[in-house]
Amino acid sequence: MASFHDLINAVLVIVLVLNLFALGSSRILTVIRIAAAQGALLSVLPLLNPSAGWPSLAASAGAIVLKGFVIPFMMGRSLRAAKIKREIEPFIGFFPSVLLGAGATGVALLLSTQIPLEASQTGTLIVPASIATIMVGFLILTTRYKALTQVIGYLILENGIYVFGLLLVEALPLVIELGVLLDLFVGIFVITIITNRINDTFASMDTRRLASLKE
Amino acid sequence: MGIILILFPLLLAGVVALWPWERQRPLFLPLVNTVTLTLSIILAYNPSGAVWGDWLQLDAVGTVILLALQGLAFALSFYVVGYLRYRKERSNRVFTVSWLVFLGLASLVVLARHLGLMWVAIEGTTLATAPLIYFNRTKESLEATWKYLLVLSVGIALALLGTFFLAYAAFQVGLPPTLDYPTLIAEAHRLSPAWLNAAFLLLLVGYGTKMGLAPMHTWKPDAYGESPGAVGALLAGGVTSLAFLAILRAYGIVAAAGLASHFSALLTGVGLFSMAVAALFLLGQKDLKRMLAYSSVEHMGILLLGLGTGGAALYGMMYHVFTNAATKGVLFLTAGNIHRSYDSKKIDVVQGALRRLPLSGAVFLLGFFAITGSPPFGPFFSEFSILTAVVQQGNLFIAIGFLALLFFVFFGMGKTVLHALQGPIPPGTPQTPYREGVLTAGVPLLLMVVVLALGVFLPPGVQQWLQNAASELGGHL
Repeated sequence: MASFHDLINAVLVIVLVLNLFALGSSRILTVIRIAAAQGALLSVLPLLNPSAGWPSLAASAGAIVLKGFVIPFMMGRSLRAAKIKREIEPFIGFFPSVLLGAGATGVALLLSTQIPLEASQTGTLIVPASIATIMVGFLILTTRYKALTQVIGYLILENGIYVFGLLLVEALPLVIELGVLLDLFVGIFVITIITNRINDTFASMDTRRLASLKE
Repeated sequence: MGIILILFPLLLAGVVALWPWERQRPLFLPLVNTVTLTLSIILAYNPSGAVWGDWLQLDAVGTVILLALQGLAFALSFYVVGYLRYRKERSNRVFTVSWLVFLGLASLVVLARHLGLMWVAIEGTTLATAPLIYFNRTKESLEATWKYLLVLSVGIALALLGTFFLAYAAFQVGLPPTLDYPTLIAEAHRLSPAWLNAAFLLLLVGYGTKMGLAPMHTWKPDAYGESPGAVGALLAGGVTSLAFLAILRAYGIVAAAGLASHFSALLTGVGLFSMAVAALFLLGQKDLKRMLAYSSVEHMGILLLGLGTGGAALYGMMYHVFTNAATKGVLFLTAGNIHRSYDSKKIDVVQGALRRLPLSGAVFLLGFFAITGSPPFGPFFSEFSILTAVVQQGNLFIAIGFLALLFFVFFGMGKTVLHALQGPIPPGTPQTPYREGVLTAGVPLLLMVVVLALGVFLPPGVQQWLQNAASELGGHL
């Protein structure tokens, strides 16, 4: 069990580093790939558990295909159709966002020592990595203006929630795991249709133009 | 039978998607809704028929939500047939398919025993309703759909984290991690209180976003404002009830663990805050449909106030799910008719609607009186029984705040509604070829009769369902 935890912790460190890269990059395609790599990497983790059975295998395979390939493909296509490359002038600049993300990670690490865990799970980075990734996703979602970048923020947030799920190995029946993945797939499918329409209608992916509805 | 209730609409959604003839396609909606409402009523009398393995069951709280939702959707489905006749310029394929997918997933939300399954279904209902909001294909509806999808996806993602926390609340104390609702209720007193409390907060924020509680309500006026009337009614009466059910599930576990009193102030506070925010935005509101959206925020607040009060208020709260759903149906459908006739929903254009659309205008007026809690309509009695429970608990300040907010809402909405309905029609006001039809004006009229009936004569059977649901929730106290 100890080696399994070490392995998980090593992967989670990579996940945390990917968060900071996502915050610091202005090229949207790069951020799509970072989120995809993060999602795929996390999907592999349940397989490292020595007690993992075939349902974990099936759920992991589905998650790797969806998060690593299908979603980045859908988003990349939407990006090409929109003919945009970069996130320009986010609400909080790239370097300050990286600092904020690093700060959030530090706070999450500090806080997590206070959280009661089941005895065999103390010492994993799962809880702080989950909290930090959720906060980074939220940061991207709220401080970037391009519709597609906001969707990536949502994906990173979802990755953070997935990290927490690692604490609950095999708690979710396969049907539910696949249901969650199906929701994610349909969700991104519908959202990319809407982002494409936004681009066609407003000749821009800038969500600041979506401002006709207010009091 | 529970599984049929879910799969039948989904199967028919597939048929409708392939159905080549535009004219007949909408007729599938009343057909399917008739079947699902009939099945729901049979199940309400015979809940054991809903059981399907360890996955589906129908409890008393679920029964009330199921009947409110299916009853409303049944009425709306006939209106939709009439509505889509006016919208022949665009294909109704996506609309009808989305409606039926929603209907199937909505039943799954109610019947799901496993809280993970319930989450999957709730997220599914969000995705199924998004194309309905975008039906008008305008810039504004695009903006509304985008906000709806993004805000609700994030909200529901937080609810997933809360759901994981619930499973961990079992795991951390050495129980097998589970999300089976009856098991969680049975083991509630052994769950880790720290994780359980955190789970409840996340579920309240997450599903509360979908319910449209303030301050997570910002998507609501946009989404309700830009969607067709029948969709607004489905969202305000149906989808919100489903999200409330999810919060009731979380509350049920917390109550079974003996922790309900910890959250009573929070729930009451969120309820009153939602009412206050709604009252503020209702004052001087110039858009009829946005007005109804804020009214929905207000009524979600009333439900939370009922939950926070607990005890005797739980009956009134379940009652209010019914009365709110039916009255929101009346209001959104008649407002939709007015919108259609004037080609505007802003009161600087809409004036004298009582003259132009005597039936829809009159029913809209009655609906306004009903939703603001005037006797003898249903919402008056449900709100009154919540108020009585608040007073009986000795929370006089809460009771006064509740009454004051109801008054402000009445005042704010009244000004907008009367402005739209009364007076002559100014010359030059736009007029579309819309005429009141049997379906578009008849359905809200019939729903209005239901709203009245829910007040003056509540059938004993319905009373029993409400009572059962209240004692199921209160039984855990």
